[in-house]
Amino acid sequence: MIKSIKLEKSFGTNHVLKGIDTTINDGEKVVVIGPSGSGKSTFLRCLNCMEDPTSGSIIFNGVDIADMSVDINIHRRKMGMVFQQFNLFNNKTVLENIMLAPVSLAIKDNGGLFCPVAKKNQIKEEAKENALKLLERIGLSDKADAYPYSLSGGQKQRIAIVRALAMNPEVLLFDEPTSALDPEMVGEVLSLIKELASTGITMVIVTHEMGFAREVADRVLFMDKGIIEEEGTPEEIFGNPKSPRLKDFLGKVL
Amino acid sequence: MDYSLKFKVFKELFIDQEMWKDVIYTGLVNTLLISVIGLFIGIIIGTLIATVKVMPKYKRLPRILDKICTVYVGFFRGTPLVVQLLIAYYVLWPLMGITISALLTCIIVFGLNSGAYVSEIMRGGILSVDPGQTEAGRALGLSYASTMIQIVIPQAIKNILPTLGNEFIALIKDTSVASFVAARDLCKTFTEIGNVRYEFFVPYLAMALVYIILVLIISAGIKAMERSLRKSDKKH
Repeated sequence: MIKSIKLEKSFGTNHVLKGIDTTINDGEKVVVIGPSGSGKSTFLRCLNCMEDPTSGSIIFNGVDIADMSVDINIHRRKMGMVFQQFNLFNNKTVLENIMLAPVSLAIKDNGGLFCPVAKKNQIKEEAKENALKLLERIGLSDKADAYPYSLSGGQKQRIAIVRALAMNPEVLLFDEPTSALDPEMVGEVLSLIKELASTGITMVIVTHEMGFAREVADRVLFMDKGIIEEEGTPEEIFGNPKSPRLKDFLGKVL
Repeated sequence: MDYSLKFKVFKELFIDQEMWKDVIYTGLVNTLLISVIGLFIGIIIGTLIATVKVMPKYKRLPRILDKICTVYVGFFRGTPLVVQLLIAYYVLWPLMGITISALLTCIIVFGLNSGAYVSEIMRGGILSVDPGQTEAGRALGLSYASTMIQIVIPQAIKNILPTLGNEFIALIKDTSVASFVAARDLCKTFTEIGNVRYEFFVPYLAMALVYIILVLIISAGIKAMERSLRKSDKKH
C-alpha cells in the first residue's frame, strides 16, 4: 500500500533520514519505535508528505507522491493523520471539526462554488449523520456542539481520530498519539486505536508505549540515527533483539 | 469675546437653517462610507497580501507575487494618504482618461491604503495561529487556500480584532482629508457651516465631538464583537 524507497530527508545540514526502504502492506499495523531524534516522526510525516522528502520516493497506491507535480491533496484524503498535539480546529465545534473536510471536499468535487444548493445540503446532511455516528461510537455524542477548549486531552485526541476516520481513509498515521496526554487518559486513546486496529485498516504508529506496540503491531520498526536499525514481529523485537542499539534502547524503556 | 454669540450663530445655522441635515446625511454618511467600505476593501487586500507573504515559496509564482506585494506595501506606507488621494484624483484618473467622483476616489484610495496596513496586521495574526492547525487541515486533504480560508484566517482575525479596530478608528479620522479632492465628509460639512459667517469656533468644537462619539461607538462595537468571537476561546 505504501512503499518508501531510498527515502532521505534533511533539514538544512541536519540529515534526519538516511535512506528508508520499507513496504507497508494492506491491513498491516506497523509500529515505529526508537529514541528521540531517531527520525521516526519525520519518517511518518514524509509518508503523507507533510514533510517533503529531500530524495527518494513514497509510492502510495502506485503513485509516487513525493513527486512535487502530483496533486498531494487527492492522496492525503486517503491517509488520515493523528497528531501528538491533537490539532483540533479551535474555531470549530466538535461536530464541525469532523464534518469540515468531508463536506468541503465533497462540495469541491461537485463543482465547488457552482455546486447546487440541494446537493450541498445533501452532502452536509450525510456528513452530519456520519459524524454523529462516529461520535456515538466513541461515546462523545454530548460533546457535538462543544468547542475544543472545553475538552480533556483524551477527548480531544479521540475526536481527532474520528475526524481522520470521517474521510474513510485507507491508512491511518499516528504521530505519538499519547505523548501529550496525562497518564490517566492514555488508556482511553490506546483502546480506541486498538479497536480500530481490529477493523483491518492499515496503520502506521509512532509511539513510546512499548506495551501497546507489542500488543497491536504486526511488525515493529526500530529506528535509530535516521535508518531502520532492526525490524520484525513484536516477539522478535521485544523478545529477541539482535542489534546492540535496540538492546540498549529496550533496556532503557522497558 | 462673547462666546454665547458664537453658540447663537451656530444654533441658528445648524438647527434653524437645518444645516445639520447636511452634516448628518452628507458628511457623516460619506465619512462612514469611505471608512467602512475602505476598511472592507483593506481587509480583503490585506488578507490576500498577508496570505502571499506567509505562503511557502518553493514555486515561482508565489515569489513573483511576493515581490509585487512588497512594492505595493512599500508605496502605500511610504507616501502620505493625502498625496495618494491627490495623485489618484488629479494625475491617475486624467492619465487613464476616466472620470471618477471624488467620493469614489476616496473609497478606492482609502481601501488600497488600508490594505497595505492591514496586510502587516493580518500577517502577524496568521503567524500567531498554531502551525498545527494548518497541518491538520492539509493532512485531511484540504488545499492550502481552503485551510487558510476556513481555519487559519478566522482564527487570525479573532487575534487581530483589537488592532483591526484601531485601523478602523484611524481610517475614520483620516477621512478628514477627503476634502482635498472635494469630497464632502464630516470635516468639510462643518467647515461649510463655519464659512457662512466666518465663525469656526463652535463648528470645529462640534466636529471634534462628533468624531469622538463615533470613535467611542466603534470601540464599544469592537468590544462586543470580540466577546462574541471569544466563544471558542479559553479566556472569557
